[in-house]
Amino acid sequence: MRNLIDITDLSVEEIDALIATAEDIIANPARYSQACAGKQLATLFFEPSTRTRLSFESAMLSLGGSVLGFSEAASSSSAKGETVGDTIHAVSCYADIIAMRHPKEGAPYAAAQVAEVPIINAGDGGHNHPTQTLTDLLTIHREKGRLDNFTVGFCGDLKFGRTVHSLVNALSRYENIRFVLISPLELKLPRYVKEEALKSKGIPYTQTTDLESVLPQLDILYMTRVQRERFFNEEEYLRLKDSYVLTPEKLEKAKADLSILHPLPRVNEIDVAVDKDPRAAYWRQVKNGKMIRMALIMKLLGVEV
Amino acid sequence: MNIDSIQNGVVLDHIQAGKSMEIYQYLHLDQLDCSVAIIKNARSGHMERKDIIKIDSPVDLDLDVLGYIDANITVNIIRDGKLVEKKHLALPEKLVNVIRCKNPRCITVSESQLDAIFKLSNRAKHTYRCAYCDTEYRQK
Repeated sequence: MRNLIDITDLSVEEIDALIATAEDIIANPARYSQACAGKQLATLFFEPSTRTRLSFESAMLSLGGSVLGFSEAASSSSAKGETVGDTIHAVSCYADIIAMRHPKEGAPYAAAQVAEVPIINAGDGGHNHPTQTLTDLLTIHREKGRLDNFTVGFCGDLKFGRTVHSLVNALSRYENIRFVLISPLELKLPRYVKEEALKSKGIPYTQTTDLESVLPQLDILYMTRVQRERFFNEEEYLRLKDSYVLTPEKLEKAKADLSILHPLPRVNEIDVAVDKDPRAAYWRQVKNGKMIRMALIMKLLGVEV
Repeated sequence: MNIDSIQNGVVLDHIQAGKSMEIYQYLHLDQLDCSVAIIKNARSGHMERKDIIKIDSPVDLDLDVLGYIDANITVNIIRDGKLVEKKHLALPEKLVNVIRCKNPRCITVSESQLDAIFKLSNRAKHTYRCAYCDTEYRQK
């Protein structure tokens, strides 16, 4: 049985195969419409989410399967003090596969120790979010036609931004990628991510607080929101939340074939006027999220078409 | 107990001076019924000063814990008054319930019944990372 807790649980070859499956699903959706008939996906969201939960549920429904679960901790037994392990043990008796989101870091790892069905980490606090990473990789692949040889800029909250940690890890395994890390000093990429994903492999990266100065060199810009829920101190959040705002004016200096990604939801870090720019890939990214999750569910259930 | 020689037991030698009490506590030696001698600041040819622990019983020690605390310790197994085995230690790849994660956002902090699992991340720097949340733990 396989789980997806961390993006590095998947080899580069497995990620490439998932992307190939997702591309085939996009091209031939009817072929997959009954791939998971009779199978049940449990979506256990101990922390609210609209996009990720609906994306998982839509993915399973489009594969002919069914879904069950809860969308907040208050409507689960965790509100009564039940441990993650006990909840997972129980749900393992009903469902064939579980996608879970939890505010505590490492909760999916704890779940995987007791689960009898595959566990998918749908986000654990500020730690990891591997299916968003798969979504990002599929989007880059569809936008650029490749997953190597480009300069990628990560901008915003790189400290608590779990999607950033996972994507840096994943991209570090492809050839000739240059990383530009753009953040306030207080929200820099954690040292362990830099050391293990970049430094130890001799991968070049630069750190800056100035988005505009590095924008012209980027092939991909990955924007993130400063997340209120990750701060213990409200004052610090208010001070940092408007650090970067991408506008059409700033984009005048960017490459014509830049791809702008964002894991969403956004607050104000991308001006809505940017949505009309063909370089804005974030709405296409949302659709890709469903497709790659369909491919992942099939893989973890051992389903082939 | 004669601390110069034991008949059947274990001698932990080459302990960094001052660390013997920490080892005593980590290995729960206070729970043993046999004699245990702690020799502090003994003179050593290689180390100038060292600590030694002598346990007067053939106990089964957690070598992972010992290796984590001080990988330079030598474990001497004594049978019938003779040295029958000398074990050299290394930093273990995995630690279970030896140290606890200090990240307040980690699931092991709110659910303390979970095993605290750490994996060796950098042997040269003696650093471990929590298997759950990846928080780094550097040995003091």
